[in-house]
Amino acid sequence: MNGIFTTPRSILAARHARGKLWHAIFFGSTLIGLFALAALVLTILNRTAGLVVIIDAVDRNTLADRPLTELTRPELVAILQERVTRTRLRTLERNNGPLDTLDEETLVNLVMEQVVKPTIRKSYTLAETLFQRSAIEQEIEAMRAETPNLQVEFRSWLNPGFLTRSMSATPELAGVRTAVLGSLWIIAITILVAFPIGVGAAIYLEEYASANRINRIIQTNIDNLAGVPSIVYGILGLAIFVRTLSHLTSGAVFGIEGSNGRTILSAGLTMALLILPILIINAQEAIRAVPSSLRQASYGLGATRWQTIWHHVLPNALPGILTGTILAISRALGETAPLILVGASSLINKDPTGVFSFFTALPIQIYNWTARPQPEFRNIAAAAILVLLVVLLSLNSVAIVLRNRLSKRGT
Amino acid sequence: MSPKMEGRLMQKELITQKPLADSGWIRTIHLRKKPRLGETFIQGFLFFCGAVSILTTLGIVYELGKESLLFFQMPGVTLTEFFTTTEWQPTIGKFGVLPLVTATLMTTFFAMLVALPLGLSAAIYLSEYASPRARGILKPILEILAGVPTVVYGYFALTTMTPFLRLLFGDAVQVYNTLSAGLVMGIMILPLVCSMSEDALSAVPHSLREAAYGLGGTRLETAIQVVVPAALSGIIAAFILAISRAIGETMIVALAAGAGPNFTFNPFLSAETLTGYIARISGGDVAYDTPDYNSIFAIGLLLFGATLLLNILSRRLVARFREVYE
Repeated sequence: MNGIFTTPRSILAARHARGKLWHAIFFGSTLIGLFALAALVLTILNRTAGLVVIIDAVDRNTLADRPLTELTRPELVAILQERVTRTRLRTLERNNGPLDTLDEETLVNLVMEQVVKPTIRKSYTLAETLFQRSAIEQEIEAMRAETPNLQVEFRSWLNPGFLTRSMSATPELAGVRTAVLGSLWIIAITILVAFPIGVGAAIYLEEYASANRINRIIQTNIDNLAGVPSIVYGILGLAIFVRTLSHLTSGAVFGIEGSNGRTILSAGLTMALLILPILIINAQEAIRAVPSSLRQASYGLGATRWQTIWHHVLPNALPGILTGTILAISRALGETAPLILVGASSLINKDPTGVFSFFTALPIQIYNWTARPQPEFRNIAAAAILVLLVVLLSLNSVAIVLRNRLSKRGT
Repeated sequence: MSPKMEGRLMQKELITQKPLADSGWIRTIHLRKKPRLGETFIQGFLFFCGAVSILTTLGIVYELGKESLLFFQMPGVTLTEFFTTTEWQPTIGKFGVLPLVTATLMTTFFAMLVALPLGLSAAIYLSEYASPRARGILKPILEILAGVPTVVYGYFALTTMTPFLRLLFGDAVQVYNTLSAGLVMGIMILPLVCSMSEDALSAVPHSLREAAYGLGGTRLETAIQVVVPAALSGIIAAFILAISRAIGETMIVALAAGAGPNFTFNPFLSAETLTGYIARISGGDVAYDTPDYNSIFAIGLLLFGATLLLNILSRRLVARFREVYE
């Protein structure tokens, strides 16, 4: 009965109601995406700072009647000589120089490292620190009852020391310097190899290639390569650069010994192959956007093809090419899987000295720290992620600025 | 000799060879193409740059093929065993790839469960509903998601998504599980589906929408019954590319899905995917020419083949879509 007597008006109302419902659903889906991004950022921030409970092997307050930082140099030396075994002292002097010649800061660090030996008993996240203060204080009181010499401090895991220290097995002493340097070396090689070849290929495909079979195959091939999973590039790097070309990538042909193919050079070349298709496609778009009237004017004045490209097409396409290159580089900076395959090792604490050094990289460090069960490693992983994200974000801002300059000139 | 010099020399020769008209005022102009060595050399170099991509593909196919062949020539490895048995332990002679494949399919399934509906809905919102201003703000923010490195998503899966799932479903959820990895992978792929689908939707001519409005359609009816069907091949291409991306994704599953093959369809249990296996085995210094080393290549070949097929399919669909409206 209802169906027959529904007026057109009420059908219309139902249709509009349905329209509103779906409008809300579509908008909600978009919001979920934004919500996910917010959750991601908050997760990381939540872990980069918070209260930590530290237990000293030797209570730092019992060493002297004043805080360590206020002690004089002879007093610090005396503490070291009293508490550290003779053989250990000798090793220390061999590494740092005679104790009497060291400044106060180094001495305090040595005392902390060798005598106090602080270990983190428990760390709290930023959210816990801010919103569950009373529960935390109760817990700390309970802990204090067991072990009286514990210290509580607010710690930001991302601090200057974290950026300048190298890898260490204890999370509170670990840093990312080696990893950042490794990433920079790899990226430098990637750019040196991929930029000229990528731009060259783009010029060839846009300016020279006629529509014959070979060129069509090249174009299709590049488009397909862009979709190959990054780990497959890693396998390729392992087979070709690390293994087959090991005498080259280990530096053996240049007289460097005791190395194998798992070097920065192999990693950089692998990354170059990985970003090449992306770089070519971006550069092609930039070159295609140069109006053909420019080319025709140049030809009309008698310029050759290369003169036209070098003096007119490339300068006009450059901002676009650079934008595309920066985006490709930021992809390479965050890639982890290929580096695992070409043999990045997270246990390296020596700074890379050249392209034939063994290496670790920032994403590799994040991966390894995340994979460990102790919560403190999650903290430093979050701090390392923050470093990586800041680098990527600044690279992308440069790309956006370049793109804006380009579009302004175009109009 | 530089090309310029050479050209000039040739000109001189031509002029002196040919007897000029007596007055000396008339010069013969030659319109013949001059050989320019420099230009030819540059063109050759540029062609080489283009050919590097072909070499890369050949390198991938050759290396994967060669080492996979060695893998299948090992005693006890047969294609039937590889594809039908359910235990994968190359070091002790168990070569059934199925547990890795099912784990990959499960993470991919959950990723698509998140990425496809949300991505398409967001694309419809951005293309059909949002004001230009709203789109100008929302789209770049979604694109940030696409630029986050995958290892960061792995961290997110392990430290946020897994505890959240354990809160919801209790201890039945293991610390490493395919559900968490799949859902976070879905978030990672969402921007890809969204931006590709939005491109397809925006490419539908306005006349179609106007015709639908003219017939009295609401905005929803226009979007669902006219615009989406018109953009369907583009949307499906986005979906296929998303699946290919999910199959090849490594870091999220390496961190959150678990280490160790497990033939199960329970999303709460840990299971190792194809990519996760490769990452774990090659994490240490894997010795050359061992079953482990060769198995990396066999699995890599499987991954490469699967993703390549999907990518080609997706590109075909996009190309067909372009033909219709351009």
